Amino acid sequence: MMRALLAALLALALLAPAAAAEPRASLTDIEDEVMCLECGTALNVSNSDVADQEREFIAELIAQGKTKQEVKAALVEEYGPRVLAEPSGDGFELTAWLVPLLAALGALALVALTARRWRRARPAAAPAGGDPALDPDDARRLDAELAAYDR
Amino acid sequence: MRARVYWPVTIAASLLVGLLAYGLTTTGTDTTLDSAMARGERVEPPAEGSLPVLGGEGAGSLAGYRGKVVLVNVWASWCKPCREELPLIQKAHRMMANRGGTVLGIDVKENSGAALEAVDEFGLTFPNLRDRDGSFVREWGQTGYPENYVIDRDGKVAAVRRFPVTQEWLDETLPPLLDESA
Repeated sequence: MMRALLAALLALALLAPAAAAEPRASLTDIEDEVMCLECGTALNVSNSDVADQEREFIAELIAQGKTKQEVKAALVEEYGPRVLAEPSGDGFELTAWLVPLLAALGALALVALTARRWRRARPAAAPAGGDPALDPDDARRLDAELAAYDR
Repeated sequence: MRARVYWPVTIAASLLVGLLAYGLTTTGTDTTLDSAMARGERVEPPAEGSLPVLGGEGAGSLAGYRGKVVLVNVWASWCKPCREELPLIQKAHRMMANRGGTVLGIDVKENSGAALEAVDEFGLTFPNLRDRDGSFVREWGQTGYPENYVIDRDGKVAAVRRFPVTQEWLDETLPPLLDESA
């Protein structure tokens, strides 16, 4: 009896994280990851008849207790891989992943290059021997202003 | 130093412009078929690849209907003009079936459950294939729903209708083609 109880508790402990990792699917969660095939926009911003039918299809699957991954797999089965908003890593769609990456690398390189140029230019622009000497007129004005401020 | 920075920027900008141009040319509408029809020519179908059979196993293609006159009807149950047209298409299929012809439906961008409901609702008896994401009809220069293409007995496109058919158009288009021999 004790063994059976321990086994049941162990099974529950093992199942609990799995259940937590696979939350119940919802239409709002899936809509922004699915395309309206006719409009070329995400389903959550589409109001066409095709979008309504896709939403109806997803709602039916959710009502059957399907998980998000199962719903997405069923969508691909029925509408093809282009129904998913996330581009695949094949063919021309690979550019959707590569272009932002290359743009980010290019921007980083540009920042590094610009920073290097600034660092090189700064010592040449700064006069040797520390801060530049103040003009005597300006020095007098500064002293007067500071004295007025102290009062 | 300045010239060295300009080169990578120029190359990156050229690549981006090239990418944009490629995207625009591949997603644009193909008007080859319409131009051929305007010249009164019959041409080979722009795409003949196989598609899944609606409500059945395996795949089908236009090649399987060589020797028959085929009215290819592009439809979807979510498309209201398609639903209005379907009774006319079914009637055309009954007429064609007795004279060596058939309608071949291409159901576009919908799940098979919804499409099969429409097949039952309208009592469609012609075969249907599924163009799941519309990539097949895009090669035919599709611009809307419904669309109809008529294929002659030699497998060439003889007529194109880019909007709903009328009984008059069907009566003018189909009988002369059905009277032709392969």
